[in-house]
Amino acid sequence: MHFLLRTPQMAVSALRRHVLRSVLTTLGIVIGVGAVIAMVEIGDGAAREVEAAIASMGSNTILVLPGNLAMAGVAGGAGSAMSLTPGDALAMAEHCSALVAVAPLVAARTQVVANGRNWVPDRINGTTPAYLEIREWDRLDGGSMFSDEDVTALREVCVVGQTVADELFGDESPVGQQLRMNNRPLKILGVLSRKGANMYGQDQDDIVILPWTTLKFKVVGQSAQKANQSAALKVDPSQQVNSLNDAFPSLKPVLYPVASATQLADTPNPVHFTNLDLILVKAGADDLISPAMRQIQELLRERHHRRAGQPEDFTLRDMTEISRTRQSTSRLMSVLLLVVAMISLVVGGVGIMNIMLVSVSERTKEIGVRMAIGARSRDILQQFLVESLLLCALGGATGILLGRVSSFVVRATLLWPTRTSWPAMFAAVGVSLLIGVVFGFYPAWKASRLDPIEALRYE
Amino acid sequence: MELIRLHDINKTYFLGDVIVPVLKGVTLAIGRGEMVALMGASGSGKSTLMNILGCLDRPTSGQYWLDGQEISRLSGDQRALIRNRKIGFVFQSFNLLSRTSALENVIMPLAYTNGLLSKREARSRGRAMLERVGLGERFDHHPSQLSGGQQQRVAIARALINRPQIVFADEPTGNLDSKTSRDILQMFQNLSEEDGITVVLVTHDPGVADFARRVIRISDGLIAEGVYDAQTAEADPAAA
Repeated sequence: MHFLLRTPQMAVSALRRHVLRSVLTTLGIVIGVGAVIAMVEIGDGAAREVEAAIASMGSNTILVLPGNLAMAGVAGGAGSAMSLTPGDALAMAEHCSALVAVAPLVAARTQVVANGRNWVPDRINGTTPAYLEIREWDRLDGGSMFSDEDVTALREVCVVGQTVADELFGDESPVGQQLRMNNRPLKILGVLSRKGANMYGQDQDDIVILPWTTLKFKVVGQSAQKANQSAALKVDPSQQVNSLNDAFPSLKPVLYPVASATQLADTPNPVHFTNLDLILVKAGADDLISPAMRQIQELLRERHHRRAGQPEDFTLRDMTEISRTRQSTSRLMSVLLLVVAMISLVVGGVGIMNIMLVSVSERTKEIGVRMAIGARSRDILQQFLVESLLLCALGGATGILLGRVSSFVVRATLLWPTRTSWPAMFAAVGVSLLIGVVFGFYPAWKASRLDPIEALRYE
Repeated sequence: MELIRLHDINKTYFLGDVIVPVLKGVTLAIGRGEMVALMGASGSGKSTLMNILGCLDRPTSGQYWLDGQEISRLSGDQRALIRNRKIGFVFQSFNLLSRTSALENVIMPLAYTNGLLSKREARSRGRAMLERVGLGERFDHHPSQLSGGQQQRVAIARALINRPQIVFADEPTGNLDSKTSRDILQMFQNLSEEDGITVVLVTHDPGVADFARRVIRISDGLIAEGVYDAQTAEADPAAA
């Protein structure tokens, strides 16, 4: 028993005889382990952030987008086709068995006014209550979501995101208050819980959600997303207050005669049918995504009378595909970094072996004396093995410290997310001990094979 | 009573095709508590004989009884055990571990003695041993802080720590001045006479050999002088 304790003590005193050399020897292990820990912690933090971003977008989500419209060689860009209808959404919910939720979506971007303040939310989404289910956003901070009945009845209600609530109401609770959107008063039924930024860096809380029917028919009339923003806001640069306008009235450029109210009423924006900007659907499970996409494709081709060979007038986008790509990219990066770290660990191990070999030949005489006074070859083997193990263990411990410190520094200065990784620490210690055994064995074995007579004679 | 008996010990080195016989049938007996000097010119087989006696090496043929045990055919580990428990070594160049305190040097053999003493017991025994060789004040000194004579005393304390029956001293005074040499040799004499420890001095210095009761002279692989008869010594120590 005492022997078990005495060998490490012996090793400690042997290493203390050459402090600087021991420190330099372990440097390889220290850096290797430190790199592993820092990489894993930073990589884990990044992966965790990607996971969170994906989760905040809602899992198993598929986007159904209108196709693009090209007329006389002029492409209208994605979503210009106005090919999706509320009927499509209803049909999907009815016929596509792989889907658990379908939410039609109408987007707008305009000013909201309330409480003597105004704000232009990043997104104004007209939709149905299913939207929150798909986005996995069921929890509200206060009040309640509007109902399906509110949608059919075109009720003037809405729920707001945290950012909008903060901007318009500050610390007050917005629930039960009113906001105006394009001069249409909307009653605020609830406040959404905070969701933070998504993986593209967009603030997901800068949002107002209202029944799509209300938004479509009572607030904007057409998708403001596609409309000329400056016209929608009625801001004509030439009408802006400018002292020069008064000084030089003749310089005021009026390109077109100002349309009268009658003229505006006579030429409404051409809305052919009720179209949606987007249909958001959620598949029942991860492996139901591709059947769901097939079902949607079949259904919409039929509903839109696309003949075989004719291109689709809609686009399906699988969000999990994007997130999976991101995830696998970050995983690939951490694997590569880990490989580099492992290589540096092996290099560190070779350093240990080198120094242990030097140490064995330098201490040949000591080995001879120890053998003469009764050390068996396995005692010598054990002694040198424990020494290299100890070197590696100390290196591993210092490396963990170094790695944790550097990941902390990265978190503090670059504001990257990191995550403490216990498995990485155990693995790093395990690997460095393994390296101690693997690379320490040959020198130790060489020492134990020495002939005591030769060793004693060695100078 | 005899501690060591060699019977027809041969040691032959095979260097490739060349066969080098070094010991050519050595027969020898050394009694308990005896102090003998092993002398011989270099190349005479003196060192080889000493290595075999010290269980560092094995004879090619012949028998070697140490303390009644036939040990010429023991394995390396078994011989290590015997070296640890029954034999102490003192070398010409002291062979102490540098940057290690005198006390740590002395108790080093105890590390290889299977689980007998706790660290504290080992240290107290080491201290007692250092006091006995007259270094009671220098437990924590490193070899580099000690004089040659003091270093050799530490080495003797190390040789004695496991209470061996025999101590081999290979040119123990080779690196020491004459006064210190005398002190060291007197210490060996005391060990032999008072503690009953057999002391084998390996030397080529007749002055050193004078301290021994008997001189074993080896020449060309054979004992030329001093083959000992235990019975005679028992009856009449002066015969040595």
